[in-house]
Amino acid sequence: MPTRRFPIDWPLVAVALLLSLYGISIVYSAGQTDILTGVAKLWRAQLIWFCLSIAAAYGVSRFSVRMLDWLTWPVYGATIAMLLLLLFIGKGAGTAASSKSWLAIGGFRIGQPSELAKITVVLAMAKVLSTFKEPPRSLLELWKPALVVGIPWALIMKQPDLGSGIVFIGFAFAMLFWAGVSWPLLVLVASPVVSLILAYNTFYWGAWFLLLIALVLWYKPYMYEGIFLVVINVIFGVFSPMLWEKLAPYQQKRLLVFLNPNIDPRLSGYHVIQSQIAIGSGGWFGKGYTMGTQKRLAFLPAQHTDFIFAVVGEELGFLGVTLAITLFALLFLRVIKVAERANDSFSSLVAFGLLASWFVHVVENMGMTLNLMPITGIPLPFFSYGGSFMLASWIAIGILLRISAEGRGGRNGPFAV
Amino acid sequence: MSFHPNDIVKRGRVASMIVAGVLLFLLGGFFRSQVLNHQKYDLQSKTNRLRELPLPAPRGVIFDRNNKVIADNVIGYSVSVLAMKEDTLRAVLQRLTGTISLTPGQIEKSVRRFRRAPTRPTVIIPDASFDVVSVLEEHRSQFPGLIIQSAPRRFYPDGPAVASFVGYVGEVSEAELAQSSFADYKAGQQVGKQGLEKQYESLLRGKEGFQFVEVDARQRIVRNSGAQQDQIPEAGPDLHTNIDLDLQKFVAGIFGDSLQGGAVAIDPQTGGVLALYSAPSFDGNRFIGGVSAQYYDSLNNDPRRPLYNKALQGTYPPGSTWKLATVAIGLETGAVKMTDRMPIACTGGLQVGSRYFRCWKKEGHGYLDLKGAIAKSCDVYFYQLGMRLGIARLVAGGVAIGFDKKAGIDLPEELKPRFPKSTEYFDIKYGKKGWTSSLVLSMAIGQGDNSQTILNMAKFYSALGTDGKAAKPQIKKGTPERVQVVQLPADQMEQIRQALVGVVNVGTAAASAIKGVQLAGKTGTAQSGKFVNGKELNHGWFVGFAPADKPSIVVAVMIEFGGHGTRAAAIASKIIQAYLHVVPIVDLSVDG
Repeated sequence: MPTRRFPIDWPLVAVALLLSLYGISIVYSAGQTDILTGVAKLWRAQLIWFCLSIAAAYGVSRFSVRMLDWLTWPVYGATIAMLLLLLFIGKGAGTAASSKSWLAIGGFRIGQPSELAKITVVLAMAKVLSTFKEPPRSLLELWKPALVVGIPWALIMKQPDLGSGIVFIGFAFAMLFWAGVSWPLLVLVASPVVSLILAYNTFYWGAWFLLLIALVLWYKPYMYEGIFLVVINVIFGVFSPMLWEKLAPYQQKRLLVFLNPNIDPRLSGYHVIQSQIAIGSGGWFGKGYTMGTQKRLAFLPAQHTDFIFAVVGEELGFLGVTLAITLFALLFLRVIKVAERANDSFSSLVAFGLLASWFVHVVENMGMTLNLMPITGIPLPFFSYGGSFMLASWIAIGILLRISAEGRGGRNGPFAV
Repeated sequence: MSFHPNDIVKRGRVASMIVAGVLLFLLGGFFRSQVLNHQKYDLQSKTNRLRELPLPAPRGVIFDRNNKVIADNVIGYSVSVLAMKEDTLRAVLQRLTGTISLTPGQIEKSVRRFRRAPTRPTVIIPDASFDVVSVLEEHRSQFPGLIIQSAPRRFYPDGPAVASFVGYVGEVSEAELAQSSFADYKAGQQVGKQGLEKQYESLLRGKEGFQFVEVDARQRIVRNSGAQQDQIPEAGPDLHTNIDLDLQKFVAGIFGDSLQGGAVAIDPQTGGVLALYSAPSFDGNRFIGGVSAQYYDSLNNDPRRPLYNKALQGTYPPGSTWKLATVAIGLETGAVKMTDRMPIACTGGLQVGSRYFRCWKKEGHGYLDLKGAIAKSCDVYFYQLGMRLGIARLVAGGVAIGFDKKAGIDLPEELKPRFPKSTEYFDIKYGKKGWTSSLVLSMAIGQGDNSQTILNMAKFYSALGTDGKAAKPQIKKGTPERVQVVQLPADQMEQIRQALVGVVNVGTAAASAIKGVQLAGKTGTAQSGKFVNGKELNHGWFVGFAPADKPSIVVAVMIEFGGHGTRAAAIASKIIQAYLHVVPIVDLSVDG
């Protein structure tokens, strides 16, 4: 293991620390309800996890990029094995009691392997994509990355964990983009999903289908691929009502409620409505730290996990929200810089993949609290209570610190560009 | 991948722009919710957590003329539940049945209350016993949203003695809520149902207060918050009445359990009602917080009809007590003078055309002047006086005195008496050719198409006892306007009073004289239409006043199926004695 000193990307560390401390203080506040529940004590656990995470980040940052590169396939293999195992021994928890996303030994829940899987799959994707000399030009060339993401994605969707599944798709697309895959091809890859979404309206789907045909004719992929894409889109467009039937009732409900939360204001729509009320009633400056009435009086559900950002909105107002979003913006822009300056394509892709993973979390989570996104039960990095996710986020920070240190300008400090 | 620095920087710029753009979009979303729509969500968050607990106002206390309490408020408890949805309410009620007994009827009633006012706590038990309250307090933590409030409870210290005029309060009914006059009432509130409670409802009810409490998502009251100023309930103002509670209780006592009928006592100088009683009575206290079906049925099935107010709603043929109206009309029209004799002497009856009209006394009264005829209540004299007046004049005179109208007491139950407005009444009832002037014979002695309330007769006699003026009988303290009812000069009024004194001293009510006080009055015995063993039961009347020269009390007593008027006279005499604090000269032994 290398022992020589390396420059530390202090802005990255500072932003991550601020976000974590901000998050833990909100986890504390989330426990401060009028009728105390078990949530009241969780901030301590979160603090312990935070300390462990810092240590883990430091440990990970000691691994050179070369070492990570070398470790990628064994770790990826272990991840797949773990996810497979979970399907048999996984346990549910909290709001997702029926899913199998938790690893437990003797009834004691250790963690959610899918959080760590998000990192190992990013590594594997980076490894596969970095082998391309030229950016892939056809769908056929994408079979390897598709497989690398597809297997763990399928295993996670089987748990089921829709939120993490979306994250996988999100960072996979982002990494294809970062690898230089052209826009038209990205659109073609994404087209079946778009067909799926637009299928509820024949007119919209028809318009999209014509656009797709035009794109295929202009981009001119291999003939079989073109036909394949068109057929897939037709299938998705025509058969999505059948797929709809395949969804679990709660999933259907979530999507319907997203379109109109008031169709079921007391049940499925309840979370969204209460979250919006909490955020909206915060105003410019909020009701004061720990003083949010929506949260105190238990109107706000999952106030320490999925809807923790509603607590920020209610208690610290638009000011607190702006601060949090600014910190995330600083983190993301910093990581983009890290990815730009990375020494090789593998580390650059890893950096960008980790960024994309966080980004999808943040956008989906915050969007859901405002009903801009459907509810998928996805945590907010550094904020939501949860040990595995905190640990995973800081492991990612550790990897990024290493990449930053080894990157161009690293020797002169990360500020010199 | 294409890892040329230029490409990477280009993509980095695109990525930065996407990141910044999406985050700005999110920030915009928060801005819209938190700044632009802040008021809407702020309101929603308040309605989410603030609940108005109504604080019932104590009703105004009702006092008698000597500031004795007729209707009071004592501490009671009401049990209600805060629920968001009907299902939640039902679930809570279902669980409550495990702790206290709730009938399916109570549950359905509660649900209906909830539907009417879902934002208010739904009243489950309007008047909970202390046992129920203590059991619930013990298990309070199991029932989020359960509210146990102390609520002022109406109490009538003299229960059955005062029910005839006080009435009672009860929960506002669904039928009432449907009326526009009940627009500001909410399900579960109390409202006057009868008597003074109903008459002066708007005054007595006071103003409901509110306590704003903070509830959590499970509708548990978290704190009695200071988020919004509580509104203290305003008690209804006291109601002072003309009732003499001691006299009222005396009247109730004298009727006891066996007699049925009614009595009204009025101060003739003011029209103030001193006592008003209908026997048998009921206990208004048992109606508070919902009357039990058992008690209500027992009242409803009682053949003596306790729920039927015999002083206000009962109309009875006034019998001989009405002869004074014939007298007054005769004197007013100059048809007769107090000293006049009628051409035909009483021989126990009078032949008119083909019909023979009996006097109540088979042996006959012989020749009598008007004064004597009043004292002896001679029917034959009044048949002839009636014929002399003619039906038109008699009916018009009766209308002028007010026998076709309500007395106008400030109680909602009073019914209109039955009296023809004019002779057209007979045309309609019997057909134009279907009746003869002989109708006047029965009218003149207070029979026929004439049914009066006890109250209306008391009002008439309060005019006779004074200067011919009478006020609307009034229970609420005040000085109602006295209106001329009998149009006679003072000397003739005096003659009438003397004649009525004669009734008591030497006439039909001789047994009811009072030592040291001149009592004046008239007995009456009217057919009831009810037969027992082939013999018709009569209603016994007495209406009179004392002291005769300047009366301070008028009493009208009617005993249903109570035989002769002498019996009523004896009761009236006792009432007057009680009011004037004098002792009788004769030990009363009353028989038929």
